[in-house]
Amino acid sequence: MAWKRFAGIGCLVAGTIAFAGPALADETVHDPLEGFNRAMFAVNEGLDTVVIKPVAQVYDFAVPLPAKAGVGSFFGNIADIRNVLNNALQGKLADAGNDFGRLLINSTVGIFGLFDVASELGLEKHDEDFGQTLAVWGWTESDFLFLPILGPRTVRDTGGWVVDAYTDPTWYTLRKSVAARNTLVALPFVDVRASLLPSDKVVEEAALDKYAYVRDAYLQRRRNLIFDGSPPRLEDVLD
Amino acid sequence: MMKKLISLVFAVLLASPAFAEEAPDVLVKRVSEEVLEIVRKDRDIQNGNTQKAVELVDQKVLPHFDFRHMTALAVGKDWKKASPGQQQQLTAEFKTLLVRTYSNALTSYKNQKIAYKPFRMNPGDSEVLVRTEVIQPGSKPVQIDYSLEKADGGWKVFDVLVAGISLVTNYRDQFAQEVRSGGIDGLIAAIAAKNKSLLGGGAKADGK
Repeated sequence: MAWKRFAGIGCLVAGTIAFAGPALADETVHDPLEGFNRAMFAVNEGLDTVVIKPVAQVYDFAVPLPAKAGVGSFFGNIADIRNVLNNALQGKLADAGNDFGRLLINSTVGIFGLFDVASELGLEKHDEDFGQTLAVWGWTESDFLFLPILGPRTVRDTGGWVVDAYTDPTWYTLRKSVAARNTLVALPFVDVRASLLPSDKVVEEAALDKYAYVRDAYLQRRRNLIFDGSPPRLEDVLD
Repeated sequence: MMKKLISLVFAVLLASPAFAEEAPDVLVKRVSEEVLEIVRKDRDIQNGNTQKAVELVDQKVLPHFDFRHMTALAVGKDWKKASPGQQQQLTAEFKTLLVRTYSNALTSYKNQKIAYKPFRMNPGDSEVLVRTEVIQPGSKPVQIDYSLEKADGGWKVFDVLVAGISLVTNYRDQFAQEVRSGGIDGLIAAIAAKNKSLLGGGAKADGK
């Protein structure tokens, strides 16, 4: 498995970060980069307050619901390219076929993906990425890594994200205009941030330690995605 | 005549959840629909009246939750170190925190619908998972799963998972952190302080 780890790390800027990832018990969260992560978390909280959240709020307020749904569907359609590839790489060929069908239908009948016709026809939407593929291939434990703007990740999922970017046509389109391309790349970020606005208050209120709350929620969420919504139950520590 | 009477008695017994053993999936569906029905009609809750949302949850939802089990799950291995009195205090504080923060979610209700996924259980099962999905116009469905345990008074929920994130075990590391620095009493104090701050801040948030 070691080569996979190193392949993932090779993608990373953080080559200096020491790496040790023994499989740990479920009890303790494995977070050796906690000091660095907490610093980045603080930076991100600042950025979020000053720039990201206000932009998302304006977007949320100014863009009517049908247009937002269109943006969500459009980037969801592009994400189906990633879903086809990663479902195939994980050996889930039926799902890959399903996603390929979605891509064909939504890109044509759905007018470049603006409408998710395929879901209404009963073709289920998946959520796959290269980080999950790496986990299915055996890189199950990975250190938590928090980066500004990118938000919560693991080392594995950051590497996965870089690989996913290569399969994302928005990075290739509009080569002549960097500004237009960057807008196109930034738009899904804003869209996602806007969709998270209602949960801000919940996290703020629920957490004793916001960093730990976000980290553990992210790790649980990823575990759920890796197991496609049905992760095995963790052992009950009672009795 | 007698036959009719007997069947009437049976019908009443079956219709009343207190007597008949209500299946866990039926229970989740009934309570969810009851709560949503009320929220749909209640302008105050839709406009962010947290107090009313808490009252609704208190009355309709909480009787079906086992907070002691939830708290034990959240505290993890330190639970056994707590005295019965401390366990009681922990349960009370954690309950307040969970109810307060997640009742708020009801105030952001906007025409969501709940889809109930196919449910399977074996006759002898004492622990089951009921899977649902919240469907909202214009965004992705959100998976919400309930873990239930068989108890004397019917099935009780001991964990809720939103998009695979357990609202209960997500606290485990934060709680362990508090226990490491201040012991069980430190943890009780930390949750109590959080609850107090929510009472103060909540009034402002409600008034906006």
